[in-house]
Amino acid sequence: MTAGPTTDPRAAAPGTATPPKRRNTELALLGFAVVITLVAQAIVDLTVTGSLTAELATFGLWFTALWAVAHLVVRRWAPYADPLLLPSVALLVGLGLSFIHRLDLAAQQAGSSVSREDAPIQLVWATLGMVLFVGVLLVLRDHRLLSRFAYTLALVGLVLLAIPAVLPSSLSEVNGAKIWIRVAGFSIQPGEFAKICLTVFFAAYLVDKRDVLALASRRVMGLELPRGRDLGPVLVAWMLSILVLVFERDLGSSLLLFGIFVVMLYVATERASWLLIGLGLFAAGALVAYQIFGHVQQRVDSWLDPFAYYDGSGFQVAQALFGLGTGGLFGAGLGGGRPDQVPVAKSDFIAAAVGEELGLFGLVAVIIVYLVLVERGLRTSLICRDAFGKLLAAGLAFAIAWQVFVVLGGVTGLLPLTGLTTPFLAYGGSSLVANFVLVALLVRISDAARRPAAPTGPPKPALGDAPTEVVQT
Amino acid sequence: MNAPLRRVAISVLVLFTLLIVNVNVIQVVRSDELRSDGRNTRVLVEEYDSERGSMVVGGTEVANSVPTDDQLTYLRQYANGPVYAPVTGYYSLVYGNWQLERAADDVLSGDDARLFTRRLADLFTGRDPSGGDVVLTLDTAVQETAMAGLEGVTGAVVALDPSTGAVLGLASTPTYDPNQLSSHEPAAIREYAEGLEALEIDPRLNRAIDARYSPGSIFKVVVSAAALADGQYTSDTVIPAPQELVLPGTSTPLENFGGSACDPSGRQSLLDALTVSCNTAFAQLGIDLGEDRVRQMAEAFGIDGEGFDIPLTVADSTLGEIENDAQLGVSSIGQQDVQLTPLQAAMIASAVANDGTLMSPYLVDQVRAPDLSVIDQTDPEELSEPVSAEVADQLTEMMTSVVENGSGRRARIPGVTVAGKTGTAENAGPDHNWFIGFAPADDPQIAVAVFVANGGGTGGDVSAPIARDVMQAYLDGQGG
Repeated sequence: MTAGPTTDPRAAAPGTATPPKRRNTELALLGFAVVITLVAQAIVDLTVTGSLTAELATFGLWFTALWAVAHLVVRRWAPYADPLLLPSVALLVGLGLSFIHRLDLAAQQAGSSVSREDAPIQLVWATLGMVLFVGVLLVLRDHRLLSRFAYTLALVGLVLLAIPAVLPSSLSEVNGAKIWIRVAGFSIQPGEFAKICLTVFFAAYLVDKRDVLALASRRVMGLELPRGRDLGPVLVAWMLSILVLVFERDLGSSLLLFGIFVVMLYVATERASWLLIGLGLFAAGALVAYQIFGHVQQRVDSWLDPFAYYDGSGFQVAQALFGLGTGGLFGAGLGGGRPDQVPVAKSDFIAAAVGEELGLFGLVAVIIVYLVLVERGLRTSLICRDAFGKLLAAGLAFAIAWQVFVVLGGVTGLLPLTGLTTPFLAYGGSSLVANFVLVALLVRISDAARRPAAPTGPPKPALGDAPTEVVQT
Repeated sequence: MNAPLRRVAISVLVLFTLLIVNVNVIQVVRSDELRSDGRNTRVLVEEYDSERGSMVVGGTEVANSVPTDDQLTYLRQYANGPVYAPVTGYYSLVYGNWQLERAADDVLSGDDARLFTRRLADLFTGRDPSGGDVVLTLDTAVQETAMAGLEGVTGAVVALDPSTGAVLGLASTPTYDPNQLSSHEPAAIREYAEGLEALEIDPRLNRAIDARYSPGSIFKVVVSAAALADGQYTSDTVIPAPQELVLPGTSTPLENFGGSACDPSGRQSLLDALTVSCNTAFAQLGIDLGEDRVRQMAEAFGIDGEGFDIPLTVADSTLGEIENDAQLGVSSIGQQDVQLTPLQAAMIASAVANDGTLMSPYLVDQVRAPDLSVIDQTDPEELSEPVSAEVADQLTEMMTSVVENGSGRRARIPGVTVAGKTGTAENAGPDHNWFIGFAPADDPQIAVAVFVANGGGTGGDVSAPIARDVMQAYLDGQGG
């Protein structure tokens, strides 16, 4: 047995007692996701137009190449990463592209004046997302490096979050939510990037302060309450989310950021009291917002009974419910329904299109793919050996879960409607690119977490030696 | 940090379960409710997405669907719309389906069980599903002549093939253009419909089947049948025919048309009484026969207070309540509460023409699959046998006399013996004018009922010529 540091993690010779990397499993699952996507695209073309187009071949090659690159990069630079993360994402992105293409065709058939094809644009966004995915994996060899930039990232996140609020409505408002930056024909939703920046900051900050925040002052009804002076951070986060709610009129981002923070606070301190305090604060804030702002009241009213506001704010949800109900158990089949009846089906309401055409089975399958993605992320967090990585993975995974819950809950009438997009599935460049970065971070942490630990030496290697590993032969 | 992490993982599981349960509720429990919500245009759009079957008359499509460029793939078109509207009805985005579009919807839309295997095949071959065709029993010449004859008046014409019950003509005026109600422009549809609603009588009502009227003297055929079937009477039996008849229990005298005497002697044969349509004679005859016999005969002819489908829904014809002999007397001349649909009136003539056997009226001859293969052919069915062949012969003799020598002279067709009976019914407005009859009397090919609402003249003046034209048009077509 020889032991020695090496700079090349691939140096682990085959046949030794290293844990399995599962890269071939990932490759097989990726192939499966790609095949499903191509079949879905072909079915859409055949059902709606009656013939296969040449674009399908181009799309197929491009889409396959995208995931081949992703797989090779992971194989080379994150070999121990969880094999389920990437295929889940591939399946969701592929299904999303198929449905956006399907809605493009519906718009063309209806003779819509704006027959811009969104699917190719989304594919370009996916490609850009993949470039960033590869970039993150290549540049960031150790996720712990990120904690060094925690405060910088916090600033970037806050600025990104604040821009739409500061910009005039003409440049920042779409459908009543002031969460956009609209320049030169492009719309960017900076909140999606802010989400990641702030999650990184929360992780670094909480790892630093968690001992203090976990201190209890007294017990009330079996609950250990934190000290009054430690309430500062949660109050700041709360203020932030309320500001977002008020100035950007976006319940979604507000709910998302505050939810991520409170859950990370709970994980870091192991104090359930933080959850209750957070919940109470948000409830109070939401109640006040409901009392004061007309648009919040409207959202809530049309949530409680979308059919009563059918001619106005309830129309979209009512149409989505009609689509879902008409789809039933098995759905109308790809290309067989009328998902284009729901306004902005491509972005906010793509889940309604999935439910209408693939039925209950298809929609539940999609929800379960999200669940797999999230639980693999949480699993990564569970086995991660450093506190920062643990907390960051938990925050990122929960961010996806929370966003999916809030969006799908909104579309299906479980929650009030928000301006969030369905991660990976929905049309929207910012969301797609940002979530590729998010997954890149998860893959990076997962690689570190599943990598065999060094048998000797400090549990935390020095930051500069990130890729270093002790190899047994 | 692992303990709270596990709890977060479980919470995520709970949240996602919540989503899945909620989706189950929407897509399974509430599925039917959401699918059938009137505001859910999906089902409608889907309906317009497949080619609806055609309605065929004499080898020509009177209703068919043609592809369009707009969101609703197919447009319903009615060739010669106003002429066939009483039968076809319309297929409207705003007002739904009406008449045969509604009654034969299963076949036309392709949902009919008889088209099931084909629909199953569509599913697997990817062929666009389309509905089946209905081939109607209507005769082009009869329908067009009937509608032309009713031009300018409010009325209805029904023509039947007495030996089968096939409906040869089903006309109603005023009419409308079903194309205007079946377009893809909701605003234009509403505007047109509001125009129709503003009229005194909505043209969308088919007066041949949707409305009932006092039959007047045509009902005397039923009373005659009751008398002949009883065995106590023949067409030669002499019955009382006074100038006036004071109804039992009242002081009201019943008069004949124009107050004239039916016969100077105050008595005449049953045949003569029908020929001159003697009110006093038939009122007394009805009273003498009694309510039971009159009612039984009326029911045997189909006047039983129950509607039926041909498959268009036909309103119920009825004698109404008859409380005493006075009312029985008035009912026996087709007044009081006696109410017939024009179709029912045609059925009376048809039964007499068919040796006393009443055939079930029907409008759909064949149901065809989209590939034109016949998947259902209607077999004529007997509805009832109100009178024997002998009685039918005597009734034919009497009704022939009406046309030869009596009030129905204007229904005569050169070279053809016509049997018939006129009716002039009192009502709140000007008199209704009726004619029922059939031709040729010795070998009946067509039985008709013509009704003109508030025509103001007599059945013989107003309705008999229309009946003559319709019968002649059919016989000319049959003859070559």
